[in-house]
Amino acid sequence: MKIAVCVSHVPDTAAKISIGPDGKNIDPDGVTFVVNPYDEFAIEEALKTREKSGGEVIILSVGSDANKESIRKALAMGADSAVLLKDDSWRDSVAVAGALADEIKNIGAELVFFGKQSVDYDNSIVGQLTAEILGFNCVSVVVSLDINDGKIRAEREIEGGKEVVETSLPAVITAQKGLNEPRYASLKGIMAAKKKTIEEKPAATYENLSEVTEMKRPQVKQPGKIIGTDASAVPELVRLLKEEAKVI
Amino acid sequence: MAKKVLVFLEQRNGSIKNAALQVVKFGAEVASALGMEAEAVTIGNNIDGLSKVGGFGINKVTHYKNELLENYSSSAYSKIVSDFANELGAEIIVISNTALGKDIAPRIAVKTGSAIAVDVVDYKVEGSEIIFTRPVYAGKALTAVKLKPEKKVITIRPNVFNAGEPGSDSAEVVTKEAGELDLREKVIEIKKSEGKLDVAEADKIVSGGRGLKGPENFHLIEELADVIGAAHGASRAVVDAGWRPHSEQVGQTGKTVSPNLYIAVGISGAIQHIAGMRSSKFIVAINKDKDAPIFQIADYGIAGDAFEILPPLISELKRLKEN
Repeated sequence: MKIAVCVSHVPDTAAKISIGPDGKNIDPDGVTFVVNPYDEFAIEEALKTREKSGGEVIILSVGSDANKESIRKALAMGADSAVLLKDDSWRDSVAVAGALADEIKNIGAELVFFGKQSVDYDNSIVGQLTAEILGFNCVSVVVSLDINDGKIRAEREIEGGKEVVETSLPAVITAQKGLNEPRYASLKGIMAAKKKTIEEKPAATYENLSEVTEMKRPQVKQPGKIIGTDASAVPELVRLLKEEAKVI
Repeated sequence: MAKKVLVFLEQRNGSIKNAALQVVKFGAEVASALGMEAEAVTIGNNIDGLSKVGGFGINKVTHYKNELLENYSSSAYSKIVSDFANELGAEIIVISNTALGKDIAPRIAVKTGSAIAVDVVDYKVEGSEIIFTRPVYAGKALTAVKLKPEKKVITIRPNVFNAGEPGSDSAEVVTKEAGELDLREKVIEIKKSEGKLDVAEADKIVSGGRGLKGPENFHLIEELADVIGAAHGASRAVVDAGWRPHSEQVGQTGKTVSPNLYIAVGISGAIQHIAGMRSSKFIVAINKDKDAPIFQIADYGIAGDAFEILPPLISELKRLKEN
C-alpha cells in the first residue's frame, strides 16, 4: 500500500512574528522554520503503519525550495521517497489541497496522513479539503488509530472527550498530538536521507479562492498590577476578581 | 428573492450547543448587514428547544431527522447541509469553529464550491463586500481575509460573538426526512472525559505549569478550579513531561482559549503559551519570578510562591461561595 504524508514547513512555535513590509505576510528574517509539529505525528503514524502492514511512505509538500529542509527530516525519520510540488507564490488552503489531491491520485496512495493543522495559518482544513476533492473518507484530529484489512477505527478529540469513528480505506487521517511519540532520526537515517532524491515538479495550478488583504499585530495588552508577593495579597486579589473584574 | 445566509446549528445529545446560539446571532447580523435573509439547519434525532433560536434572530429552522444521525457522521452531515444549501441557494454558510465545525466546514466548502475562512473573530461590511478577521500564528498576528467567490463557508470562534439575551420570538421548525444517508464515516461511540470541563469551552480556566514542581501537586489546581467552576489547563512543559494530559494543554500546539477568567499558576509565559490564551478577558498570574513574561499580559499578578498562595486563595474563595 502506498501511504502519503503531506508536510508543511512553518515558523518554529517559539518564533517571534513580525509583519513584513507588504503588510500581508510575516517578515521571515531571523525566523527559524521547522517541520510543522503536527506533521511529525503524521510521519510517525505512516512509518508505524508501514512497519505493521508493509508498503511505501511518500512525503508530499507544496512550496518553495526551503521546504526541502523539512522533507529531508521526514526522509531521515524513515520515509521512502518525496515529491516537492513547487510553487514560490502564496497559496490558500484550497489551492494547496488541489495540488496535493492531484499528486495523491498520480502516485496512487490509498492512505494519506496530515498534521491536524499547520501552525502558520492555523486553518486546520487542508486534510479534509483534500479528502473531499479525492472522494476519500476522512477522520480529523485523530489521537488513536487502528487499521485492519482496509477497515479503520479511529478516535478523534472533541470537546470534553473523544469520538470513536469507523470508516474504511481509501482515507485521509489528520494527526493530533497524543497519537504517538515521533521518533528521532537516527544517524543512519540522516545519512540515508542524504542519498534519497527529492522529486521536484511544478504544483498543479489552482486559483486561490481567498486573499489576505492585510496582516497586523494584535493589540498589545497593558500589563496590570502586581498586587503582592505572598499570601497577604490573597484578600485583595479576591476583592479585585469580585468587584473590578466581576468574574467570581 | 433575497439572498440567503444559512446557519448550521450543532447539537450534542439532543440539545443545541451554546456556541450554536452565537452562530444564530452572528448569522442574523451578517444577513441584515448584507441585505440577506438568514435560515438555520440542524441534524440529529430528537432535538430540544429548536424554536428558541427565534429569540436570537432567525425565524426558520429546518431539522433533518433520523435516529442514525444522533451522533456525528462527517460524510452524512456534510452532504445534508450541502444539498440543503444548494437547494436554498445559500451564499454564506456559517458554522461554529468547534471540533465538529472544523471537521465539517471544509467538506461543505468543496461540496458546494465555496471559498472558506475559518476561526473568524471579527468582520466588517464594505458596500456589498464582507471582510473577515482571523488570527494566524496562534494569535501572534491577525489577517483580514476576502473570499472571492459569491459562495462562502465560514466558521466563527466560540465565545467571541455574544449571543446576548434572547428575545421572545419563536422560530418555525420544519422537520424533514434525511433521505438516503452517506454513512461512510460514522461515530459509533463517545468516550467522555470524566466529569471534566473542557478548556476549549470553559468560561474560566485555571492552568498550572512547571512551577508546581510535580504532578502530585496539581490537586491544588484542581481544587482552585473546582471552587470557581473552572476547567483545568496546563502548559506545554508539563504536558510534555507527562504530568497532565494533552487535552488540557493551552497554547500553540494545544488549545487556543478565550475565557472570561484565566488563572496561570507557576507558568512563566513562553511565547507559545501566551499565544494560546492572550485573548482571555481577565488574566491572573501567580509566579515566583517577578520578571516572568506572564506578568506582561496579566491584569492582576502575585509574584510569589504558589504553594504559599493557593491554599489561602482556595479557602477564601470557598468562604465567599458558601456565603
